[in-house]
Amino acid sequence: MRIKLKLFSIAKDLGGFDEQVVEVPPDSVAEDVLHSLIQKNTKFIDWKKSLRYAVNLEYVSDDFPLHDGDEVAVIPPVSGG
Amino acid sequence: MHEITRNRIDVENVIRSVVSPEAGAVNVFIGTTRNHSSGRTVTSLEYEAYEPMATRMLDMIIREAWNQWDVKNISVVHRIGRVGIGEASVVIAVSSSHRDEAFRASRFLIDRLKDGVPIWKREFFDDGSVEWSLHSHAQKTETEAG
Repeated sequence: MRIKLKLFSIAKDLGGFDEQVVEVPPDSVAEDVLHSLIQKNTKFIDWKKSLRYAVNLEYVSDDFPLHDGDEVAVIPPVSGG
Repeated sequence: MHEITRNRIDVENVIRSVVSPEAGAVNVFIGTTRNHSSGRTVTSLEYEAYEPMATRMLDMIIREAWNQWDVKNISVVHRIGRVGIGEASVVIAVSSSHRDEAFRASRFLIDRLKDGVPIWKREFFDDGSVEWSLHSHAQKTETEAG
């Protein structure tokens, strides 16, 4: 299935893109998007624990199941304000 | 009202948006950009947002504040893009019949904003380096925002 993957802040710098349509295996969960990112840049391993995920504009747990067409965002620690 | 804007925030306009004849108080919180970070000199800052999600979350936290306190009107405006030192990056205005509710709701709103709304700050240092500010959890205990 295909999802739209969005990266922000440090994740965007490490991944080298801000938005990409990516193919993920069926039964993938939110944190699985990290696998392909780690293959691109192993520094993602250091960030694993501080990254959160959002699916279709809402925070989800790491094991949230993904569906075809989902917009999945990798959310590093926020620093607004 | 809530807004994410690339323009300089017009504080008076934000205040005007919450003023109500039924309100006896308007509390305004302004987060301004600091010229230092962990002992280093910051020359300017840049904010980026996951805009559709940030907008949605602002809407959500405003509703939460409304449900929790007896307040009249709430406005939250966050600026993104390049922001000069000492400028407002966020303005929160709350009107209420009595001041205590407005103070409490404002505090709640800025805390919730800093805790989860997908907005990120990048600091430009005087030595030419540029870094994302990624220690938001440690900053939670500070009383200052921005």
